[in-house]
Amino acid sequence: MTDNTNGTEQPDERVPKRVIGTPPPGTPMLGEEESTEVLKVPGVSLQDPRTAKKGERLAALCFTVTFLAGIGFIASYVAFQVGDLDSTGVSNLALGGTLTLALLGLAVGIVVWVRMVMPKYNLVQERHAMASDEEVRSEVGETFMQGAQESGITKRPLLRRTLLLATAPLGLAPLVLLKDLGPLPETKLRHTVWDPKQHGGKELRLVVEGSGQPIRAADFNSPGGLLSVVPEGYEHDLNALSKATLILINLRPEEIKSGTNKNWTHNGIVAYSKICTHVGCPAALYEQSTHHILCPCHQSTFDATDGARVIFGPAARPLPQLPIGVDGQGYLVAKGDFPVPVGPSFWERGDAEAEVREKGGQV
Amino acid sequence: MSTGPVPKPIAGTSSFIDDRIGAGNFLKRNLRKIFPDHWSFLLGEIALYSFIILLLTGTFLTFWYKPGMNHVVYDGSYEPLKGILMSEAYASSLNISFDVRGGLLMRQMHHWAALLFIAGMMVHMLRVFFTGAYRKPRELNWIIGVLLLTLALAEGLTGYSLPDDLLSGAGLRITQGVAISLPLVGTYVSFFLFGGEYPGEDVMARFYSLHILLIPGILLALISAHMILMWVQKHTQMPGKGRTNKNVVGAPFYPAFMAKAGAYFLFTFAVIAGLATFAQINPIWAFGPYTPADISAGSQPDFYMGFLEGSLRIMPAWEINVLGYTLPLSVIIPALVPMGIIMTGLALYPFLEQWVTGDRREHHIADRPRNNPHRTAIGMSAITFYGVLWLLGANDELSAFFHISLYTTTWFGRIAVFLGPALAYAITYRMCLGLQRNDAAILGHGVESGVIKRLPHGEFIEVHVPPADDIAAHMRGKEAIPTIAAAPDGEGIPPKGLRGPIGRLRAKMSETYGGEKIPIEEHHEEHPAISPADDDKSLTR
Repeated sequence: MTDNTNGTEQPDERVPKRVIGTPPPGTPMLGEEESTEVLKVPGVSLQDPRTAKKGERLAALCFTVTFLAGIGFIASYVAFQVGDLDSTGVSNLALGGTLTLALLGLAVGIVVWVRMVMPKYNLVQERHAMASDEEVRSEVGETFMQGAQESGITKRPLLRRTLLLATAPLGLAPLVLLKDLGPLPETKLRHTVWDPKQHGGKELRLVVEGSGQPIRAADFNSPGGLLSVVPEGYEHDLNALSKATLILINLRPEEIKSGTNKNWTHNGIVAYSKICTHVGCPAALYEQSTHHILCPCHQSTFDATDGARVIFGPAARPLPQLPIGVDGQGYLVAKGDFPVPVGPSFWERGDAEAEVREKGGQV
Repeated sequence: MSTGPVPKPIAGTSSFIDDRIGAGNFLKRNLRKIFPDHWSFLLGEIALYSFIILLLTGTFLTFWYKPGMNHVVYDGSYEPLKGILMSEAYASSLNISFDVRGGLLMRQMHHWAALLFIAGMMVHMLRVFFTGAYRKPRELNWIIGVLLLTLALAEGLTGYSLPDDLLSGAGLRITQGVAISLPLVGTYVSFFLFGGEYPGEDVMARFYSLHILLIPGILLALISAHMILMWVQKHTQMPGKGRTNKNVVGAPFYPAFMAKAGAYFLFTFAVIAGLATFAQINPIWAFGPYTPADISAGSQPDFYMGFLEGSLRIMPAWEINVLGYTLPLSVIIPALVPMGIIMTGLALYPFLEQWVTGDRREHHIADRPRNNPHRTAIGMSAITFYGVLWLLGANDELSAFFHISLYTTTWFGRIAVFLGPALAYAITYRMCLGLQRNDAAILGHGVESGVIKRLPHGEFIEVHVPPADDIAAHMRGKEAIPTIAAAPDGEGIPPKGLRGPIGRLRAKMSETYGGEKIPIEEHHEEHPAISPADDDKSLTR
């Protein structure tokens, strides 16, 4: 390759006669070392020929398994269609099984080859310190300073400063470009679609999540009942749902404690935001006997009878209560928006509950 | 035996390449590059190969996945969800599972490979930590590794969200809840990430481009750098016979190591394919489409997010309101502090250790964990800290399975997260010293041979034999941990850098951390009674 020394041509029976254009046998291909007699190097101990022979056979068997499994994979692709759960399962099993077997066969075959056919190695190589010589270092340092001086960057401050000045706005440009990723928060987090003012004073009906049925107060009359409720007309608006989803609980009036605003209930029916005040998971679990609302994500627990105050877990605030009433036809409607922002706390939120109380309201 | 000429096609191709880029010099130096052998050196390779499998299976998934959040009516093959309104992302994920042959297999392989990728990185990192393989000159590679782990978590988080099923949506919701709780910038971060209010219609497309382009691009670049540095600096080796700080002992890259690495890649591939075949993962069709109004009980993130989930769960409800602003400590502390402690601690450890020991030498022989008891104890206490948080990420499952009250598990976590690491530290430290003593005993007195001998005066003794050469060499590879010279000079003035409170602390830490706790003394006097009996020298050395 690099140095094609016309070495002596060794008449070796096992080596085929030289083909024109190829280097003679015994020619070092990659420099001088390890050209011949590789296998007599100290640290390289050859396998016993019987082991090697056995290894060859074993590896060949493994490779054959891979060959067959590979064919099986292609056949499975053609033979098994997907669609329902069962057929997809069968296809997955066939494709995955053959693929696994094919890969495993190849892997085991190569390991057998390495361990039984290849020699055992215990070679030694020297390490060299990572650091360059002192000489090299100082030379590089000199070159660097020489280049810096030649370029004039050290002695021409005008050049240097205007260059820095020039790049500053360019560096900011990508950040500026990201501004349109989203609108500013403004007061969006403080309102939900329940607010009648958003609909010209129309009070939205509470409908059952999933079915979309409006709820007649008279029909939801068994104490201990629970419904997951969404605003009518917003059943599939995820942005609206992520703030406006409610849990509707029917309590016996005597169970309701002072934390709950009784004016906002209707015959013992009370509506709380379903969005946990911790990080926003739906607080979906309700224990009838204790009236505890539990968020399955981080187990914040709220007392439904007492304004959904926190009784355990990482949530710091109660689930906000929604003022509800009934419309002319007896269906439950929202009489107003939540008094405070729903969902997880955020920096600009402040102590919204205290502010409401200051104004004489109840949370 | 002659090696014979290089076959013509190979010789021709290599000549072509060498003529143009001079590859011969590189190959001359590197074809027989020596790689030391130890099972623990293969852990990082699991991560490397999983990454390759992630790229392959991930590319397959992109051919069908659509990162759309507009609502479509599902019209695919999976009967139970037909006619249901869902996001295009979820519908296309269902299509990959039910309408593309091999799609489910590739999806499950991708998910399993992701778990194995991160698990592989973690155990590799622990191996590097406990053996001190991060020491000079490998600090840069260690930091690259910490970056890789952080990025891999982000990569996992973005990928986990893409199917847009109910379970992944819960994860996304928690992510948003954490983002919005950040002081000062929280609402802006959330609105910019989601293109407005949560969940909006943009986040899938954004996560998708992060997940398939930006983060994997950086991962690929950093992994390449990681490999190049490993190659240039040569791998560390375990202490042993003939192994010094100045050499590498092992098998050559070509052919043995190359073949072994190839086989190992195939093994990883086979395990991932096998898991994807026989162990179902993330059956998205069972969860249904995402809606912020619903959740299923027992929602668990993938294992690598478990520690964050656990820290959120055990945090007490702290929130501060000052001057009209809110600081939701019950979110930002658990979301940022454990991760911050772990990642910052990892990144700084090599430098802190250097500062404490004053050791600026190059190290190429790996430490046995017992031989640096304080480091090992710190590592174990970090594992315990992480492990408690991780366990508590599934406290609802634990509570249900062991019939313990849910709140009891939370309180257990709140206490164990502080007590556990301290306990782990003390126990590990003692165990390390015990193991060192054991080594010293083996080198000093030999191994019990099981041969009972009766001495002329009637005493029975068990004959000890010297340990096997390789084991003895492995044990003798221990060296004392350096300390900074802290002793005051003749006039009672401590050395520069060790004055003042920080300097004194440093001196104190150095003294505690370093030194030789249990020196190996090879006193040849076996057993007082056996020395005179010289009839059995071969057994008693």
